[in-house]
Amino acid sequence: MITLHWLYVLAGTMFAAIAFLSALDRSNPKHFGNAAFWGLMAVSLLAGDLIGDFANGLLVLGLAGLAGFGFIGRSQPPTTSMEERQRWSEEVGNRLFLPALIIPVTALVGTLAYNYTAVGQLGWIEPKRETYVFLALGVLIALATIFAWLKPPLLAPVQEGRRLLDAIGWAAVLPQMLAALGVLFAAAGVGEIIGTATRSVIPEGSIFLTVLVFGVGMALFTIIMGNAFAAFPVMAAAIGVPLLIQAYGGDPAVVGAVGMLAGFCGTLMTPMAANFNLVPAALLELKDQNGVIKAQIPTALCLFVANLAIIYFAAFR
Amino acid sequence: VTASAIVTGLLGGMDPVEVISTFGKAFNDNRIIAMVWIVLPVIGLLERFGLQQQAGALIRKLRNATTGRLLILYLLYRQLTAAIGLHSTAGHPQTVRPLVAPMALAAAEKEHGELDEATAEKVKAYAAATDNVGLFFGEDIFFAIGSIVLIQQTLATYGYNLAPLELALWAIPSAILAFFIHGFRLWLLDRKLRAPAR
Repeated sequence: MITLHWLYVLAGTMFAAIAFLSALDRSNPKHFGNAAFWGLMAVSLLAGDLIGDFANGLLVLGLAGLAGFGFIGRSQPPTTSMEERQRWSEEVGNRLFLPALIIPVTALVGTLAYNYTAVGQLGWIEPKRETYVFLALGVLIALATIFAWLKPPLLAPVQEGRRLLDAIGWAAVLPQMLAALGVLFAAAGVGEIIGTATRSVIPEGSIFLTVLVFGVGMALFTIIMGNAFAAFPVMAAAIGVPLLIQAYGGDPAVVGAVGMLAGFCGTLMTPMAANFNLVPAALLELKDQNGVIKAQIPTALCLFVANLAIIYFAAFR
Repeated sequence: VTASAIVTGLLGGMDPVEVISTFGKAFNDNRIIAMVWIVLPVIGLLERFGLQQQAGALIRKLRNATTGRLLILYLLYRQLTAAIGLHSTAGHPQTVRPLVAPMALAAAEKEHGELDEATAEKVKAYAAATDNVGLFFGEDIFFAIGSIVLIQQTLATYGYNLAPLELALWAIPSAILAFFIHGFRLWLLDRKLRAPAR
């Protein structure tokens, strides 16, 4: 049976290859920091089950230390020049989008076929994980297609992956860290504290007010932190899971997905989300650095109300 | 994040070793989130062969639209490409600054004549805003994205084991509403630009 472990090995191998090429890249003054950072990710994916919880904890501290003290930096792996890219794009045209489409199509078709045809009965894949397996399959098919069609150098996928991963930097481990933080919140009982406080404010049994508090909490938390990812584990622990899902029987998929989108409305309204709101204002040489936020606020508020309505009507059918 | 994890654990009455172990176990249990990065070599390879240049060529074809219509089409382009995992083909440095904002300004000048500074600022701010709205309310339809996997893993902590596609499906209604709400505002922008200068 194909289990998650296979996928960890695939991703771990990719991180290991990227770490290896980082170590050899002398053009980047921080090449050892990058190599250590992606190397730790590779260790986590390849050997995380063997080294024990405490060693995993130290590994996370290592990642945080490397990122926090500025030991990692952007690199310039070998790639094509702007002129070459322009030439390729004119030659290949819109067909260039097709290999990218292979990934979601494979995942979607694969998941549907696995769940709704006899193939699923064979039990080839760990239950509930088939989408990830088909995602990986889609990536491999897309890579094979690109190799057969455009014939890049053998190391190009690793180098191009490294270019993008280094551009993302430590933010690449942020969602995983925040999910782990959510687990710790649950273990330490943070959610119960906020939840009890909330329950004492919201009248018992008012689904509407609970949805409102959940949404406002997501948006406000996001406005303060600049990131909806950080808000989600807290609000899920405090209100989403204990009240909306457990007490009132809300659909967890709606509460989770649309709750996150309510947080995204907060992202549109906060200068803390500098990448999205302040950097473009600077790039476009706006006089008012909050100009982009001002253009977004009406859309964000309308969408916020719309998302609350979706939770209220769709989660409690 | 790490610091707040440790503080939270200590305040919750755990000893330091227990905190580090709990955090380490939780990180290990959430490794599936790192899976989303396996798409990067594919995207990087396509960029090597001019994916961003091709995206630019597509956007340039919108040249004959009004400001509002141009931005509505860009909103749609951004939502659709983000929904299939191509969120990195566009963005503020890649497309807004070099293409969308200048084209929106040119279209506004064609309709309205010379723009005063406040109007020019507004058109540029709307171009950037359109990119953000399109990205935020498109990307979650692609299930292999940090936010969807984070939701899935957080809910799994409480015993709700959802498939990522179920969550991605519920991003679609908001995406459609985002298109109509922001599209309506862009239509209003067009009307305002068309009004004779006072």
